[in-house]
Amino acid sequence: MAVDREPVDFALPEEPRFAALHRLFAGRPATILAVVVVVLFVAVALLAPWIAPYDPLAQSYLRINAYPSAEHWLGTDQFGRDVLSRLLYGARNSLIFGLISPVLAAIVGTALGVTAGYFGGIVDRAATRVIDLLLAFPELLLAIMIAAALGGGFWNVVFVIAVAFVPGFARVARASTLAVKQEPYIEASVAVGLSTRRIIWRHVLPNISAPVVVLMTLWVASAIRLEASLSFLGIGTQPPQPSWGNIIRDGLGNIFGSPWPIIGAGFAITVVVLAFNVLGDAVRDLLDPETA
Amino acid sequence: MLRVIGSRLVDAVPTILLVLTLVFITLRVLPGDPALVALGDYATAEQLALFRRQMGLDIPIWQQYFVFIWDMLTLDFGQSLINRTPVVQLIGENLPYTIELTLVATGMGLVTGIPLGVMAAVWRNRLPDTGVRLFSLVGYAIPDFYLGALLLIVFALNLGWFPINGGGTGFLDRMYHIFLPALTLAMVKSAFIGRLTRTSLLEVLGRDYVRTARAKGAREPRVIFRHGLRNALLPITTGLGLSLLATLSGSVAIELVFNRPGIGEVLISAIAKRDYPVIQAGVVVFAFFVVLVNLLVDLAYSVIDPRIRVR
Repeated sequence: MAVDREPVDFALPEEPRFAALHRLFAGRPATILAVVVVVLFVAVALLAPWIAPYDPLAQSYLRINAYPSAEHWLGTDQFGRDVLSRLLYGARNSLIFGLISPVLAAIVGTALGVTAGYFGGIVDRAATRVIDLLLAFPELLLAIMIAAALGGGFWNVVFVIAVAFVPGFARVARASTLAVKQEPYIEASVAVGLSTRRIIWRHVLPNISAPVVVLMTLWVASAIRLEASLSFLGIGTQPPQPSWGNIIRDGLGNIFGSPWPIIGAGFAITVVVLAFNVLGDAVRDLLDPETA
Repeated sequence: MLRVIGSRLVDAVPTILLVLTLVFITLRVLPGDPALVALGDYATAEQLALFRRQMGLDIPIWQQYFVFIWDMLTLDFGQSLINRTPVVQLIGENLPYTIELTLVATGMGLVTGIPLGVMAAVWRNRLPDTGVRLFSLVGYAIPDFYLGALLLIVFALNLGWFPINGGGTGFLDRMYHIFLPALTLAMVKSAFIGRLTRTSLLEVLGRDYVRTARAKGAREPRVIFRHGLRNALLPITTGLGLSLLATLSGSVAIELVFNRPGIGEVLISAIAKRDYPVIQAGVVVFAFFVVLVNLLVDLAYSVIDPRIRVR
């Protein structure tokens, strides 16, 4: 007998456009604020040469240690350099390190982790042992130790920060690869004779990308902080090139002159790191709800 | 218990060798010639050769490796290039200040952080919880050296309540000198411990045995402290180990801010003066500390959680 049935609609309910963005921001005013701060920070970093009122390196002994005024919003330092201009250029420095180092660490760490996790065996055991050991070191300590051996300079600092982050990426990538390897689609890929390279590029990497991306966003903040700390210690960005860290270092040497460089630069680091942390948490909640 | 300690100590031996190997690779094998680092770009070929011979850098790399491991294990760190002081003596004089700072800061951080975390967990999503969350957000973001500089400007420079620099002599004076630096590190740590305590206590308070304890009529403080906090201590211990090391690395910058003697100050000024033997020793001492703290955390586990002893 014939039964009347409603035609079954197999199509998934259509996701409204920008649904992901909506989920990222809905009911989270802190995230919106964080995005505003991050956008401002990036804009300032990119536009520094056009919006800075003075040359950040121009010294003038006629106006040393000036307090904030209409001409110098944040005053001047012991060499008569405009503090605001130095902060704006410092944003540029922070942005460069904040982006390059986590990306570099993500590439190297993921390569290591996937290799160890996918192939297993003695390589995996050796890699895991070293990674576990390095993870026992706080990033700053690891960075100080490597910087001690290498000295300062732009690429050395990029390298130092990247190395400090590699173990974390390697561990996450390895764990995710181990999980993905158990999936039936990998078994199927092996069964139909796909090459190992193709399996890793087409099936493993896309499926472990979420936790890696989450870690990368969380570590933009750490990289900015780490660069500031190293520059503060004198083993990061070298003066006279302005970095938020070495502005505070210079400020401490001139603490009886003017506290404004310290107050300004430290405030900038705190606000930007805070914003990237909040944003990183939001991205994590979106991409990787399990670890939230 | 003795057997546990013994076996952990035995486990630590290969770890120490591995750490020393990694330090050796960083210092000697990575690009970056130690002779050039020590003498600068303008050194002549003869000066470089002389330095390499003095430091034992002219023998094959595998021989250097064994000499390095042996020297480090026997604490033979050589002499400072600047003033010929034995490096061991330099470290011995400065290490107590760093340990003192790390321990006092950790103590202050624990004493404030755990109650904050308990409050946040008990009054979840209410005012204390929001306050603790804000505090820890800022605590995660603010660089410790900036916080230290602010405290220095306000309390030492403007109000004159605390000394501006130095380590102090005699117990009371030392505690007076340590207060601001330790407070700086403790505030950052307190944010971390508070958040950690909140998370792990909330997890434990959701367990069945806590419900049972409440059902049989145990009073709320007893439930929270005896049933809750005691079981929440394990993840806190892990976090504490890591945060002890974070405080140790933070102390490097804090010693600079407050102009305190200490191992971090030694290492940083050695880097500035390119004093290679001191740099090498400083790096090794920090590495030893990492191994030591991890060992202690491991041992603390078996004290806190008897289940781990039988394994």
